[in-house]
Amino acid sequence: MRTVFDPGAEAARATGAILDDTLRGSARGIVVDSPPGAGKSTLVVRAALELAAAGHPLMVIAQTNAQVDDLVVRLAEKEPELPVGRLHSSDSDPYDKVLDGLDNVRKSAKAADLAGLDVVISTAAKWAHVKNVEPWGHAIVDEAYQMRSDALLAVAGLFERALFVGDPGQLDPFSIVGADQWAGLSYDPSASAVSTLLAHNPELPQHRLPVSWRLPASAAPLVSDAFYPYTPFRSGTGHGDRKLSFGVASDGSGPDRVLDEAAEAGWGLLELPARHTPRTDPEAVRAVALVVRRLLDRGGVATSERAEQPVPVTADRVAVGTAHRDQAAAVRAALAELGVTGVAVDTANRLQGREFDVTVVLHPLSGRPDATAFHLETGRLCVLASRHRHACIVVCREGVADLLDEHPSTEPVQLGVTVKFPDGWEANHAVLARLAEHRVRWKP
Amino acid sequence: MSLITTLARLEAVEAGRAQPLATVRHRHLTDRPLVIVPLTTAGEAGAPLGALVGTDREAPRLLAVAQPRDRDLRFAFLAELAEAVLPHIEAYADVVEPAERNETDPATGKKTKVEVELCTDAPQLIVPSRAGIEFVRLLGRSMRFRRTAEDDPETPYPAPVRVPLLGRWLTHYGERARVPGSSLLLAATDLLNRHWATGQSSLEDQHLGALLAWIDPPGDASGAEAALAAELARDKDGQLLCPPAGPATDPAFDNRLLAPAIERYDRARQALAAAEDGLTADERLGELSKAEREIRSLLARVMLPTWDRVWQGLDLLRELPEGSRAEDRWTRDRWSFTAHRDRVSSGEPPQPRRDDAVTAAQKLASRETAQAQLEAQEALDDPLVLAGRRLAGEAFLADVTEVEMAYTESKRPSPRPLVTLRTDERPHLGERTKVYRSLDGKPQTAEFVRYASGDPGDEGSGEDGPGDSGSGGSGSGGSDVVLVLRIMDRMGRGKEPAPGSLPEPGERITWTLFEHDQRGGPKLPDPEETPWTHGGPPGANAATRAEHPDPVTPEDLL
Repeated sequence: MRTVFDPGAEAARATGAILDDTLRGSARGIVVDSPPGAGKSTLVVRAALELAAAGHPLMVIAQTNAQVDDLVVRLAEKEPELPVGRLHSSDSDPYDKVLDGLDNVRKSAKAADLAGLDVVISTAAKWAHVKNVEPWGHAIVDEAYQMRSDALLAVAGLFERALFVGDPGQLDPFSIVGADQWAGLSYDPSASAVSTLLAHNPELPQHRLPVSWRLPASAAPLVSDAFYPYTPFRSGTGHGDRKLSFGVASDGSGPDRVLDEAAEAGWGLLELPARHTPRTDPEAVRAVALVVRRLLDRGGVATSERAEQPVPVTADRVAVGTAHRDQAAAVRAALAELGVTGVAVDTANRLQGREFDVTVVLHPLSGRPDATAFHLETGRLCVLASRHRHACIVVCREGVADLLDEHPSTEPVQLGVTVKFPDGWEANHAVLARLAEHRVRWKP
Repeated sequence: MSLITTLARLEAVEAGRAQPLATVRHRHLTDRPLVIVPLTTAGEAGAPLGALVGTDREAPRLLAVAQPRDRDLRFAFLAELAEAVLPHIEAYADVVEPAERNETDPATGKKTKVEVELCTDAPQLIVPSRAGIEFVRLLGRSMRFRRTAEDDPETPYPAPVRVPLLGRWLTHYGERARVPGSSLLLAATDLLNRHWATGQSSLEDQHLGALLAWIDPPGDASGAEAALAAELARDKDGQLLCPPAGPATDPAFDNRLLAPAIERYDRARQALAAAEDGLTADERLGELSKAEREIRSLLARVMLPTWDRVWQGLDLLRELPEGSRAEDRWTRDRWSFTAHRDRVSSGEPPQPRRDDAVTAAQKLASRETAQAQLEAQEALDDPLVLAGRRLAGEAFLADVTEVEMAYTESKRPSPRPLVTLRTDERPHLGERTKVYRSLDGKPQTAEFVRYASGDPGDEGSGEDGPGDSGSGGSGSGGSDVVLVLRIMDRMGRGKEPAPGSLPEPGERITWTLFEHDQRGGPKLPDPEETPWTHGGPPGANAATRAEHPDPVTPEDLL
């Protein structure tokens, strides 16, 4: 008899093994792969608390100031008595003002001021400037797959052992100049910190978190198959656990129909007629804005395991994701024109690690005449397709499948570089095939 | 490709002429650049075929290899190349000025100023195309580990004396060429492409002849026609009228002219070797030099058009005045040159085959800084480049309408005046976005507070769309927006802002969303302290191995 998959128990077992290695293992590094919304931050907080409780002061390295502040707040919520240090830059307003209200959080721009605290948290960029201190016994590196190898090089001298946590499916770190001359070297400075770490220390224990608590049952199989084919994961909730519905009935327009489809199926594709367009395709941008406007106007309510009662889907629970910054700016302007405020509109890079009820995505390849490596990057699509708890609506011009077929990859093959699989071509096709089942054709 | 570049390319198609992308020259050109037009042998990587070298456009020095697969002839070529290039480089090495450099005292860890020499100018190398830069790098790699008879009397194939040194210099130049904005080694196509947009694809722009045909077409022909002729036109023997800029040659040239000539040369050489008496030998030696002269003239024929085009390109570029910040970047090139000069003279070994982890990270960090700095400097130097940034929402021009004093809420209040601006452009401003303006050559920081009236999206329908903003970045078309900035710095130490440190009503100011200066990155550990995550210190083994010459393989001996 097959045992029933119990997500809670599976996740607890994985977490237990990770904490056991962290507290009692002998390896210098532990790598934890976490799919989207699998409780990565919860794990980081828990590992930090348990290390501190066991009498091991530690440093935490995150990638952005927002991530650092978020971790500090979570730590304080769990353990208000724990002395935490927030190391920050000497710019104006270097940290979230919320931290000022936390009694046991000390903030300073100098590492020496924070010496002796149980947990000291900062960004990799700030840690890189810390010199001449006694190394910490333990460190936790958050979002390690988004950290560049050279950033790890600058901070690795600060700790003896470390727990590296991150999502391998998301966007790889990038550099604004060519780094081909180091491609294939184990310590390629433009590669991710984890790939360098594992290239030099292949024996390190690797774990993964098996359950996504964010993604609904409608999304987890697709995201898992398309982006994590060799390390599959499950959703923590079942098909009946989440529900999205609207107070106002559809008016029959394209945006309304795609909203209904997405509410029902978890995915919706609003397909505009094929056309080559500039990046800021005015029709597609307007379609994105209209979908958001109608979503809010129709009084969306979300039912989930988090609350007893259905919760209204307000603007702060909605995000729009794009590939380029100018596209995001254009969507923001279109939303402002429709009187919508408070919706997060950003690029995949900036939406990484965030979570919403509903996301509306402008497809990276929509209206393009060519498929470049940037637009094909697996991580970009993965980030855009895995931010939602209920539904994801993609707005796209027709013809992307043909575009993919006509533009095979022309990137040079570098010796010694591990080929990333699935490649963007494969992942894009997988996602498109699924989206095609939930297509609403619309001519604006 | 940015919107303004796309626009310039469309205009180039329409006009049949390349359109300017810049109003000033963004790279420093020295008075006496050394132009090198290299050719390589088809099918054999790194086997030079010939080169034109020189600083005088009227008198290029022709170097040729009659049989490229003959290692002795190749070394003779490289020795001759060293003779042509090294004196030019060394001429700059001894002309120095005193300068100061910050150094960290290893004992105390304190930063001190040290008096050092800085070469007052540096030798500049120009090659026709980007592939030429790659070839310079390859030549450098193939030469710098060679051993001369002096290095090692036992070495079976000693290299001529100055060849390893040339390899080290070419390696340095090739590596420096990867730094954005550097000008020690430049490709003519890159230089021209930076300053003009053509109506052809960027791949076609790598063809020097086609590129110049768009920028400076002969006669009344349109750029497209002239470019097509440059790419395809052949004479009655099937030879390209505009031979490729190298280092690769045209297969028709290889097959119909070069291969038969090399074969004649080989036969003449065999015949000479088989000569049994002095008289025959004399006669056959004559045959051999005739065959060699023939190859030289063939090579000269395909290299001279490229040589002339490189100089033509330089002429066109010199018509543009140099951007004011290009000099600053050239100073960095001079530092780079001086540093390598010092490494050579202090007897350091050649550059290792591969960078260690720390060096690679350092190079990447400094190149990223250089790239960001280059982009900022070009925009600040050139209104046309700035227009592109304005069109992309990364900068804006605005009229100051009001300045209102405000202060920080601390015990010692500092001024944080609010400036109201009116603009018809659409910068991508978000909450507390930082913007910068140039105040007496130094950047002043302000932060976006709010839109004062109306909404940024109110009337500007289709904003960011291509049809909205006027050409050349004048930003016409959209309605005005009024926005408020808070000035954050450069107002002096007093309670009241220093005179002249605030914008005045009526003033028209350019603000950028990008920083004008770049902060350097953090200091990385020394290579000996490479952490365990990166494989630990490279160790003595790697250091000595780097100095060893390349082992001789069967492929080396044909």
